Amino acid sequence: MDTFDWVATAVKILIVLVPLLSVAPVMAWVERRGSALMQNRKGPNRIGPLGLLQSIPDAIKFMGKEDPIPGHVEKFYYVLAPLASLIVPFLTFAVIPFASSMTIDGRVINFQIADLNVGFLFILAVGSLGVYGIIMAGWSSNNKYALLGSLRSSSQMISYELSMGLSVIGIVMAFSTVHLGEIARAQGEVLMTLGPLTIPKWGIFIQPLGFLIFLTTAFAETNRLPFDLPEGESELVAGYHLEYGSMKFALFMMAEYMNMAVASGFIASLYFGGWQMLPGMHSVLDVLGLSGLTFDIVRVAFEALSFLLKLCFFMWFFVWVRWTLPRFRYDQLMDFGWKVLLPLSLANIFITGVMIYYRWY
Amino acid sequence: MDISPVFFYSFAAVAIAFSGMVVLKKSPIASALSLVIVFFCFGGLYAMLDAHLVAALQILVYAGAIMVLFIFVIMLLNIDAPSLDTMRAGRLGRFMIIALSIGLLSLFIWAFKETTPPASVGAFTPQRIQEAGGNTRVLSELLFSEYILPFELTSVLLLGAIVGAVAIAKRRST
Repeated sequence: MDTFDWVATAVKILIVLVPLLSVAPVMAWVERRGSALMQNRKGPNRIGPLGLLQSIPDAIKFMGKEDPIPGHVEKFYYVLAPLASLIVPFLTFAVIPFASSMTIDGRVINFQIADLNVGFLFILAVGSLGVYGIIMAGWSSNNKYALLGSLRSSSQMISYELSMGLSVIGIVMAFSTVHLGEIARAQGEVLMTLGPLTIPKWGIFIQPLGFLIFLTTAFAETNRLPFDLPEGESELVAGYHLEYGSMKFALFMMAEYMNMAVASGFIASLYFGGWQMLPGMHSVLDVLGLSGLTFDIVRVAFEALSFLLKLCFFMWFFVWVRWTLPRFRYDQLMDFGWKVLLPLSLANIFITGVMIYYRWY
Repeated sequence: MDISPVFFYSFAAVAIAFSGMVVLKKSPIASALSLVIVFFCFGGLYAMLDAHLVAALQILVYAGAIMVLFIFVIMLLNIDAPSLDTMRAGRLGRFMIIALSIGLLSLFIWAFKETTPPASVGAFTPQRIQEAGGNTRVLSELLFSEYILPFELTSVLLLGAIVGAVAIAKRRST
């Protein structure tokens, strides 16, 4: 590592970290306006145009509130829990590629903070730790509702993690790599041409079943409706974060929204071509007729924009589903995970194997 | 790649400190959570040895799956410190445990001081692994070619364990 690498890495970390930190206030607004739209209400509309600045007073309120620690909690783990849930999305986003590479001064820069050769396994490994924040919160609160919430969450996360890992195996088999960067690059190839339409080799076209399973498990892993049983406000008051207030509660909310961002980025880079440009962007790039370094910079900007748009779509999808579907009952959740998703994901691996054997990819 | 001493000693120190916490903590949940941190430090050590796959699997399997199950069971059965008091060893048992631990520790110290690393380096040096496409690829190719039989036998063993567990659970409930 020399100075160039250090600077490049620092810039990449900034590019990822700043939007990731601002995900929570933006999504809080999107969620409230989105729910209002779907329920025919107005939602927050007083501060700023369309209520856009509503999150600023919210943040001030969170920070300004008194932050008491109840007397009956296990102090060390009670304080540690929100931090533990916040660390996970920060770590996982490091391996998601958000643009292809460009060359400056004869040095290649990959737009991915950490290019690990374990690839998506890192996301699954670190993602599986997200449950500890919830377990610690629920257990250290010494409150039966909080404990029930964290019990539910640990069984839910274990059950759905299995199907999640198995559904990605299909993608790994099809592209024969675990590198997220290489998977995103391989999705730029052409799958087939239908007249004027060129269908790229995006994960969703070659792994439709795997995509559906992955999407479902992503909802369960981020504890979003219809799988928000750890929270379950109508039965558990607020579940695992019942005893938390002010900024500690806000940290849990930030972790939830950042987890959504990571899940959306993961979905986009596995199944929707990652940074591969959206249709039409190539022709815009041709019309601009740039060359040299300017071309590279504009190309990378377009790729990052494509990735961001795909990510935003799935963020909206999370909100959309939340205000559309009711919550699962606990036994339905378990039955669905073990008796439907797990066999389906195993079947998906088998089908993929057969298709690779007959060289349909 | 050489191990950076700063990281090595900090990971090692945290691992030892939290291993002590696993034994000394009164509450089972606190012990289990300390063990998670120990696993994390091991993962860090593996990653510094360039064994990224082992590090990822260490965290995925041990910290992410097995310990979550442990904690789940502890919380579900509501095991607390007093209920463990009945399982304490007697005076003779304690003496045996301490003697065995000291014996094991001295064996480790002896092994580190007196033995030398093997003179010949194996086929998989870091450079050759890098050339073959990283250790995830190398390991999976070996598992599915040369070591396919032991690998499959291990999965049969695990399947047997699952079937056994289900059979025991079913018998008790009916």
